[in-house]
Formats: sequence, structure tokens, C-alpha cells
Amino acid sequence: MDILKQIADSLQKGDDPRVGALAAEALEKGIPAGDVLQDGLIAGMNVVGEQFRLREIFLPDVLLAARAMYAGLEILRPHLAKEGVPLRGKVVLGTIKGDLHDIGKNLVGIMLKGAGFEVIDLGHDVAPEAFVDAAVREEASLIGMSALLTTTMTRMREVVDLVESRGLSGQIKTIVGGAPLSPDFAREIGADDYASDGATAVERVKALLGVT
Amino acid sequence: MNGIIHFDLDSARPPREEVLAAQELPPAGALSPRLRDLLEEAFAEFDARAEPRAIAGELSLAELEEVLDGFDGPVEETVIGQIYPKGEAFALYVATLGTPLAERIRELFANNDLGRGWMLDAVASSGADRLSDLLAARFESELNGRGHPMSRVLPYSPGYCGWTVSGQRKLFARLRPAEVGVTLNDSCLMTPIKSVSGVLVAGPGEIHRFRPDFAFCDECKTRACGARMASVLKR
Repeated sequence: MDILKQIADSLQKGDDPRVGALAAEALEKGIPAGDVLQDGLIAGMNVVGEQFRLREIFLPDVLLAARAMYAGLEILRPHLAKEGVPLRGKVVLGTIKGDLHDIGKNLVGIMLKGAGFEVIDLGHDVAPEAFVDAAVREEASLIGMSALLTTTMTRMREVVDLVESRGLSGQIKTIVGGAPLSPDFAREIGADDYASDGATAVERVKALLGVT
Repeated sequence: MNGIIHFDLDSARPPREEVLAAQELPPAGALSPRLRDLLEEAFAEFDARAEPRAIAGELSLAELEEVLDGFDGPVEETVIGQIYPKGEAFALYVATLGTPLAERIRELFANNDLGRGWMLDAVASSGADRLSDLLAARFESELNGRGHPMSRVLPYSPGYCGWTVSGQRKLFARLRPAEVGVTLNDSCLMTPIKSVSGVLVAGPGEIHRFRPDFAFCDECKTRACGARMASVLKR
């Protein structure tokens, strides 16, 4: 079997030691790191994302695959830099002020990294100003916010308002997610989009940033 | 019900099916072998590290009103604001599964061991919720023994149903849960993470009934209130 296909298959099984070993082997064979990333790791993660969207597998399955993705990325990272493989964009993520639930946000971060984005994870309990300051400082194109509580989700509006009041609406897009949220809520607070889960978040971020 | 309470692990450990249902996973018998392994590892970690304990203190209606007055919103526009005036007895509580378990979850995520971290977090979340239920059951049993056989107890927590987490400031000031190792940060979030807080409200089952037509109910997707109300009304 083609080694890139083996990487994709092993990633789907969540076999992180094997993904790491295969990634190293592929590089030794002279396969460009960009190809290993795109046709091995990202191809495998795309299948996992699709299976999750179709409810054929469950969130912990995705997380096992994500760990395998990390194992592969660790091997590829120095080679990707040498090859000058461009990232798809930079994203600032965090759980909104007053909320410590960050597993959903972590999953979105993993999926975005897997899809080739650079992710600046601010963690949980993040103040609205901190989101915008980080996005400006890091020259990020998008802010992703998460909340699990109906009592904290309302603070997402403050981030959207700050982006607008600082004249950054054209440069920085906003996307929101979390169990109590909905597309209607995102529209109501003026966010650019809403995503219900990690796999959807990748698709929506790609669409917002105009990358394929 | 006053003072520090230690729970044994067998009481605090959540049933497997409860953990799986809360995470929208299939029943244990229908799980893939790798997820079943992950679940069993998580329960083993829970047993090895959980230190379930709580601090609780009964208070009068007037004292509870003073505690509820301390959050950044109108109490009458919250569920607890509708329920407590009909209550007969009250107790504040803070319960925790302790630092070692929280630290282990943090460590797993920090090491990118995401599947294990997630599953242990799921078990611990159900375990923390279980502590609230255990305290409610204990308070109810005590009240029944004190001549209130019709008393039904439900826990109400800051962060839910209109009562924002800022409500924890006065709750913590009164209860001093540092004695069981729980502290509050500037954003009113508890450390260690798998901790729960709230007020236990006792009274006839009917007092816990409310119409879920608050503004925040539109945004709520869990709709857990129906099952909570049913749990006391059917008894």
C-alpha cells in the first residue's frame, strides 16, 4: 500500500506511534513534507471529520485520531518550515470570560491545526479585549469563541462589538460555537458565522477566509 | 447539614451509562473496543485520584436573600429567584473531586493525550454533578428525619438558569470552601476545575416547578429542567 495511504489509515485508527514512524519513513524516501501533510495526515483527518459528521464515529475517536495527527506533525514540522509550506491562515481561539469549559474549543483547535491553520489558543476565561488584542498582535484573520453556559455566551457580543469599534471588521472575522449557541444567536450578536462542532468549524473557517 | 463532608468513592463514582449518556455516546455494550478501553482507563484514573468532599451550611431565608443579592443581575429574573421564596429550608454547598484528578486531566491535555483527557474529563464531570445530587439526597434525608417528610430537595447553581457565576462571590464568602481546597478566581471560576457549588432548596415537590419561559430558556439546548422537576414531583 502507498505509504501516504498507510499514514491516512493509521491516523484514522488513532495509531499515533505508527503515524509518527510512517511519517519519518516517508521523509526518508524523499517524499516532500508538504505531500505527507496533505495526502497523508490531512487526507486521513478529512475522512475522520466526515465520519464524525455522519455520526459513524464519536468525539473520542476524533481525539484519538487528532493525537495521531500531532505525532505526524511533530515529525514533519521542521521539514515543513524548510520547504516553506504556507499555512492556510492564523486563528485566535478561546473560551469566553467567565467560562472554563474548553474541551470543545480544544477540539476545534486540533481540527484547525490538522487542516493547516496556525492556531493561537488563549485558553479559557478570556476577556473580550484579550481576544481582539491577541488577534491584532498575531495578525490573525479570525477569532473563534466558545461558551458552554447561557450566562457567559452573551459576552461574545462584546468581542464582536470591539472588532467593529476598532475598525477591524474587514480584517478579522468572528465565529462562535458551544452547546447553548445557535446560528440565530451568532446572527443576533453580529458574528460572521457559527459552527456546531469541530469538523463544521473547519469548513466554516475555510469559507470565511476564502481558502480551499 | 453543616460542616465538611467526605464521600466514599463508591458513592461518588458515576454510573458508566450516566457518563456515556451525558456525552451522547452509545451504551457501554455498543461501544467500540478502543472506546471501551478508554472508558475503563478513565474510571481507573478516577478511582486512583478522586478525593470527593464538600462543605455545606444551612441558612435562613433572610440569609439566603443576602447571598442571592450579591450577583450582577436581577434575582427575580432567575429560576432560583422564583423558587427560593417558597422554600422551607436551605443549605449552601461547595463540593469538589479534588486537585489530583483536575491536575491529571490538565496533564493529559497538555501532553496531547486528548482521548484519555476527554474521557477522564467526562467521568469527572458526571462525578462532580453526582456530588450535588448526593448532597441533595443527604439534606432531604436529614429534613425527613426532622419531621419534614414531604420535603424534596434540588440543587441550584450559579452559572445556570439566569444565576450568573458572579453569584459565587457571596456564596464563597459565607461558606469559606478553602477548607475543602476550593477557591474562586477573579472571574468567579472555581479551582480545582471539577468542583460544583450552589444552594440546596427544600420544600414540597411543587415548589420546584416553574415555567421555562425566561429569556435565557430560548438559548438553552439542554432543557434539563424538565427532568429535574419530574425527579421531585414523581416522588
